[in-house]
Amino acid sequence: MGLALMVVIWLITLISTYFFAAKTWWLPVGAAASAEFIDKQFALTFVIMGVVFLAAQLGLGYIVWRYREQSSSPPSSYSHGNTNLEVVWTLLTAVLFIGLNLMGSRVWASQRFDAAAPGAVQVEVTGMQFAWYFRYPGPDGKYAPTSVKLMDPSAGGEAAVGLNTSDPDAKDDVVTGTMYLPVDREVDVSLRSVDVIHSFFVPSLRFKQDAVPGLNIHMHFRPTAIGEYEIACAELCGLGHYKMHGMVHVVSQEDFDKWLAAREAEKQ
Amino acid sequence: MATAATLHAHAPQGFIRKYIFSLDHKVIGIQYFFLALTAVFVGMFLSLLMRIHMVWPTAAIPLIGEIKPETYLSLLTMHGTIMVFFVLTTAPQGGFGNYFLPIQIGAPDMAFPVLNMLSFWTTFVAFMVMLAAFFVTGGAPLHGWTGYPPMSAVQSAGPGEGLGADLWITSIAIFCIASLMGALNFITTTLDLRAKGMTLMRMPLTVWSWFITAILGLLAFGVLLSAGILLLMDRNLGTSFYVPLIVVNGQVLGHKGGSPLLWQHLFWFFGHPEVYIAILPGMGVASQVLSTFSRKPIFGYRAMVYAMLSIGFFGFMVWGHHMFMSGMSPYSAFAFSILTMCIGVPSAIKTFNWLGTMWKGRIRFHTPMLYAIGFVSLFVSGGLSGPFLAQPVLDIQLHDTYFVVGHFHLIMGVAAIFGIFAATYYWFPKMFGRMMNETWGRIHFFITLAGTYAIFMPMHYLGMAGQTRRYSQFTEVAYQTKLLPLQTFMTYAAIITIAAQFIFVINLFWSMFKGPKASDNPWECTTLEWTTTTPPPHDNFGGHTPVVNHGPYEYGVPGAARDYVMQNDPATAPAH
Repeated sequence: MGLALMVVIWLITLISTYFFAAKTWWLPVGAAASAEFIDKQFALTFVIMGVVFLAAQLGLGYIVWRYREQSSSPPSSYSHGNTNLEVVWTLLTAVLFIGLNLMGSRVWASQRFDAAAPGAVQVEVTGMQFAWYFRYPGPDGKYAPTSVKLMDPSAGGEAAVGLNTSDPDAKDDVVTGTMYLPVDREVDVSLRSVDVIHSFFVPSLRFKQDAVPGLNIHMHFRPTAIGEYEIACAELCGLGHYKMHGMVHVVSQEDFDKWLAAREAEKQ
Repeated sequence: MATAATLHAHAPQGFIRKYIFSLDHKVIGIQYFFLALTAVFVGMFLSLLMRIHMVWPTAAIPLIGEIKPETYLSLLTMHGTIMVFFVLTTAPQGGFGNYFLPIQIGAPDMAFPVLNMLSFWTTFVAFMVMLAAFFVTGGAPLHGWTGYPPMSAVQSAGPGEGLGADLWITSIAIFCIASLMGALNFITTTLDLRAKGMTLMRMPLTVWSWFITAILGLLAFGVLLSAGILLLMDRNLGTSFYVPLIVVNGQVLGHKGGSPLLWQHLFWFFGHPEVYIAILPGMGVASQVLSTFSRKPIFGYRAMVYAMLSIGFFGFMVWGHHMFMSGMSPYSAFAFSILTMCIGVPSAIKTFNWLGTMWKGRIRFHTPMLYAIGFVSLFVSGGLSGPFLAQPVLDIQLHDTYFVVGHFHLIMGVAAIFGIFAATYYWFPKMFGRMMNETWGRIHFFITLAGTYAIFMPMHYLGMAGQTRRYSQFTEVAYQTKLLPLQTFMTYAAIITIAAQFIFVINLFWSMFKGPKASDNPWECTTLEWTTTTPPPHDNFGGHTPVVNHGPYEYGVPGAARDYVMQNDPATAPAH
């Protein structure tokens, strides 16, 4: 029985580790500036936890086999423990875990403690059951006010986010169902929700933030590779949660300007 | 008020007083156990339907038909709620804690037997109210076991958010009241009713774990109860604790100025300690069983006690790690994250001490021991994904993905269930007077161990790849559709593992009536429940109170007549 148990625990451990180590399923290729730091921290955590995982599981398997009761076994050791070992173990774990955490915190601070750089592209992201809308303030750089009373989700576009079209700032506000961003420019996202909580998750851009009704949350990131990236809502928001899907198109600055100008022209 | 001693001078007569409205903690423990057993089968059946729907969304299921996305969310909500409250909280604490805490400390019963009966029947009512949510118009709620408002606070947020959601909250509120009564009883009993010589540092680690769990319950359930009442008021009385000005389905609602994050803070102030409420008794049982079947004293008894106390203590200061992406201040994330890492330290101490307990032992592989070893393995696997999620910067990628689902299922789901299995196989002889079948126990163990790893380990891979949780199907997002083969594999693993649980149930009921008779101490254990007859008499020790002379885990004692010294053996026995 000891042997069987060792074999099963070892097999489970090695098979599990194989699929991590072989990166059969892994983080999608990063396309934002933060990806390098996040992926490095992930890999470091993965190596440390992987070593502990292997040591603990393989050790467990070995111990249950090695110390199985046989007629030839010596009497069990009458020991109540070892305080020195406990202290060493405690300190090691504390240093390891807290050190790892402090390293990660540096990246977190650079991501979330500072505001977006001046001159960042402004985009307002609005979540609602079950769609995302994106608003660009246009050449004047100002978002026109929106109002809950004007919201009509079934109409889509400007009406869905409740844009006050009589406001002069609204003239150049562009509302779309797809997000376009210029590559290598910082993006200042302002996240809102009109009904329940949603979460704006773009795995390739290493970006996630809940959109909470009643809050306007500013976040920033910088896409670094041209391409199309999928948005998946990450907070349970109702029966259509699974299809609350969207696209981010990261394009060259030139293409972005062209695209935005075309949207402005459509509006006039 | 009548004391436990006077109430228990005579065993009650008549079926109803003896088996239904019983004041005997042993009967109440068994009632809790069967309530949890019923609940776990309901919860497991719901998960089976979920797994089938996720990979074959249009499959017609006999008698149920095709599952719709909203039905999937109802299943998900009820699966989580039933498992967390009526299984993981009910079985280890209400079931085994009720039965064995008084006996292990040498008491004739709980401190407040009437309160004990009341807390069971209140839990029973809560369970019935919860199940009723399935059968009302609109069905069970969709908002998940965490019930985040505004979704849970607004009737028009989706089907199931009407009467179903009201019943769901009411049931949880009733459950909170029952748990508060239970917690008071456990704490009082542990502090006041210990037999002579049963000092705190001679209590079995199971008793410590139930005691600490009760303290956590006392502090946590009160908060959830209040939060639930506020939510009911938002839903039905027009208040705005959690709901700001919003538009749902094109309708402007009458709420104004509430904070959805308030609920998250209150909920997780309960919710995180709840994780430890589920797992601490498992830790206690694993310690007890590992020591017994390794024939060795527990490694570092005091360290184990301090580790559990610090897990309980830190457990109240880390709720914000569920909220890194919620819009909470990023500065507070920093503090919550460091404190969360601190919990890793006592958890690591416990793992180390379990390995140390088996080291140089003489390990006997009875079924309870297999489950305790499985518990350690799962605790390690589930625990080590914690330091990923505890780092806010990694949580950006992993929050609300299958990585989280894999993490908590391994550690608070399956590890805790393995603790319950270990406890069942271990104490069954004492509870029912017969032995369970070992061969079937082993078969059940190996299928369950391999099966649960096959279900939950791949969830980590899916999470890394960005698979979001609570999606009823993966047809709409292209990168997620590619992950479907792995989901399909997990569904097959789930079907096999669920089928294997019938081995357990058949073994349980068959052994109850047909198993070989158990002796008073079949595992050669040291703690007080094994000093009394099998099953124990109504007052636990047949008219006398045991006197405790030894610590709880005196195995492999050199010079002893047997290889163990029981807690009530004469003081002259060679042990310290």
